[in-house]
Amino acid sequence: MYDFAYHRPKSLSEAVGLLKGKDEARPMSGGMTLIPTLKQRLARPSDVVDLGGVKELAGIKVEGNNVVIGGMTRHAEVATSADVKNAIPALAYLAGHIGDPQVRNRGTMGGSVANNDPAADYPAAVVALNATVTTNTGKHAADSFFKGLFETALGEGELITSISFPKAEKAAYIKFPNPASRYAMVGVFVAKTASGVRVAVTGAGPCVFRVKAMEDALSKNFSSAAIKDIKIPADGLNSDIHGSAEYRAHLVGVMARRAVDAANK
Amino acid sequence: MTISVAMTVNGKSVSGKVEARTLLVQFLREHLGMTGTHVGCDTSQCGACVVHVDGKSIKSCTMLAVQAEGAKVTTIEGLAASADKLHPMQEAFRDNHALQCGFCTPGMVMSAIDMVKRHNYQLDEATVRRELEGNLCRCTGYHNIVKAILAAAPAMKSAGV
Repeated sequence: MYDFAYHRPKSLSEAVGLLKGKDEARPMSGGMTLIPTLKQRLARPSDVVDLGGVKELAGIKVEGNNVVIGGMTRHAEVATSADVKNAIPALAYLAGHIGDPQVRNRGTMGGSVANNDPAADYPAAVVALNATVTTNTGKHAADSFFKGLFETALGEGELITSISFPKAEKAAYIKFPNPASRYAMVGVFVAKTASGVRVAVTGAGPCVFRVKAMEDALSKNFSSAAIKDIKIPADGLNSDIHGSAEYRAHLVGVMARRAVDAANK
Repeated sequence: MTISVAMTVNGKSVSGKVEARTLLVQFLREHLGMTGTHVGCDTSQCGACVVHVDGKSIKSCTMLAVQAEGAKVTTIEGLAASADKLHPMQEAFRDNHALQCGFCTPGMVMSAIDMVKRHNYQLDEATVRRELEGNLCRCTGYHNIVKAILAAAPAMKSAGV
């Protein structure tokens, strides 16, 4: 790891101030991706701004029809929160299946969403539930937040403060984890909310994406039978030592059907 | 960048000067000389480096020492009540022959104690196996580790730890 200057702000405004004007400053939430990246010398930030001391960024609350989760809320807290389990059990299930227990004790929702790893779980929930990402400078709709491989709509010095998830009438997340890393080879989040049915896929492509054909079919008939003949094109999907694009395309269909069945239970 | 760091390790206040990039596991092993916590893979996969920070199990190879400023850290060295009285989880590992080479054992024991507490001393085999996702053992095939954890859960409850 290259050395860097370390900062531990106590408030959001202090954190934003520390990031400002430094080209190579990086915010750090749980560090579950950033620290391994630094260890491999794949990044060389001049400054690391640790958000671990910013209390105002952590916590879960229910506001009307939405569950609002602070950016620094750890996966373990989301997985075990009575509020999340009650309002959106699929979201608690997703959080409880990220990495392993030790990673869930450190990793945060905001960090995962801001990083936008193609195999991360949370982006599928954000898109399928049509969540709103709130930052220190404004709000982003789910559909315009995830831009591509590790790319989001976040600007320089922009930090996720919270994510607001609308409650779902029905929802489920099913993933096929890589047997070694537990990252999603393919994960599908299916949700029926006030804004309609959404199907969001992670792990399969460079970035989370929706499957319109499945959404249309499920809007008419919310059953796994309704999507059994929908084929996902392999074009542009990830192909690596763990699985070909064709394999992943096939898995999208299987995971989507299992998710619909789970949502109907 | 050199930073002063202070924390509580196994009930004792400790401090030292570290680089910002010093990992918690390096601080424990190289600065404090507490080599019970192991570095296995150094990539947050294997769990040999698991310690408790403020009561939660974490991988100390993926946390900076400065992030533990002010925290209460417990390592494998801090479990036994005395030189001749092991923690019930350590005792259960010994009774069930839950180790061969022993390299993964400190992390296994630390993860197992956190697991038992989070599940309120009530565990079944499937839960133990799933919860061990973050700890790798290359000798035992896990069978005796699972047996040890299932045996330790009631023992920890009756011992009040």
